[in-house]
Amino acid sequence: MRTTIKLWIGVGILILLSPLGLALPEHFKAGDAWGEWGTDAVKELTGYVPQGLERLSGLWSAPIPDYAFKGWEERGLGTLSFAYLASAIIGTIAIILLFLLLGKLLGRESDDWDPRG
Amino acid sequence: MHIPDGYLGPATSGVMYAVMLPIWTAASRIAKRTLKAKQVPLLAISAAFSFVIMMFNVPIPGGTTGHAVGAVLTAILLGPWAACIVVTVALVVQALLFGDGGITAIGANCFNMAFVEVFAGYYLYKLISGSSPVIFRRRVIAAGAAGYIALNIAALTTAVMFGIQPLLHRAPGGESLYCPYGLNVAVPVMLGEHLLIFGWVEAAITASVIKYLQKQDPGLLEAQEEVSI
Repeated sequence: MRTTIKLWIGVGILILLSPLGLALPEHFKAGDAWGEWGTDAVKELTGYVPQGLERLSGLWSAPIPDYAFKGWEERGLGTLSFAYLASAIIGTIAIILLFLLLGKLLGRESDDWDPRG
Repeated sequence: MHIPDGYLGPATSGVMYAVMLPIWTAASRIAKRTLKAKQVPLLAISAAFSFVIMMFNVPIPGGTTGHAVGAVLTAILLGPWAACIVVTVALVVQALLFGDGGITAIGANCFNMAFVEVFAGYYLYKLISGSSPVIFRRRVIAAGAAGYIALNIAALTTAVMFGIQPLLHRAPGGESLYCPYGLNVAVPVMLGEHLLIFGWVEAAITASVIKYLQKQDPGLLEAQEEVSI
């Protein structure tokens, strides 16, 4: 089998396992990454929310914020894991599409490629 | 390591975009010139790998989380310039679709993970590998060491960006306007957790994929050797 196909399978396995990236921190009661707190958490840690942080933190409203579907935040680990897995798939598809586009821009005209290698 | 919106003041965000712009331009030009057609699918695989590996949050029990980036692995396989594009794409998708890393901080986050980590990792790997053949064990050790050290250097530059905010921007009352923690907290915490835990994850991932490719397809590891920049 070609290496690229094997590597894609590897990425596929990682995608399937990705909910571990959500469940393990939950299990070990580990919070946000350092410096990636929301405004509430900052207030809890320091006693205030810096003005600039408050102003800019809501600047971008991502379609799938924090790899969770909007309105699903309180639905428990099972549903969140599903959203996390779906996010891994959606993100990977977005990346493939971007590289199909970039491949056209970066590649020489004769070098059309497909992701299967 | 994904700096969100609101943690960096406009000076830092702006400077980082300004620094990244010529790097992105150079990366596209050099990648276009040096990449072989058969390497192009590897760009997409590497970006997908980097994107997914960053979703594996590794917990420090009762504390924070962190993750590997996969940037050094990509740099070894595709060279630093192509790797810069690869990690940039992963970071842009994370910021735009998932709000992981701020929009205003894309320049900063790319500087840390797509430039600093990539280039540090690439040259450390070259340095430690020396002239050893690509199938030698020394290459696996070089890959692991480069992954460990480069992720830590990136953690340090990230921590410095966080930590200088209270020096740059303060409200009249003395409160910070952006990241509330200074260098005295940001540097030891960020560097400490990456030296102790997350760096080893990056090392293990980088070394094990290189080891796998030595058996599976050493030609892939050699492809990069011929490209000298």
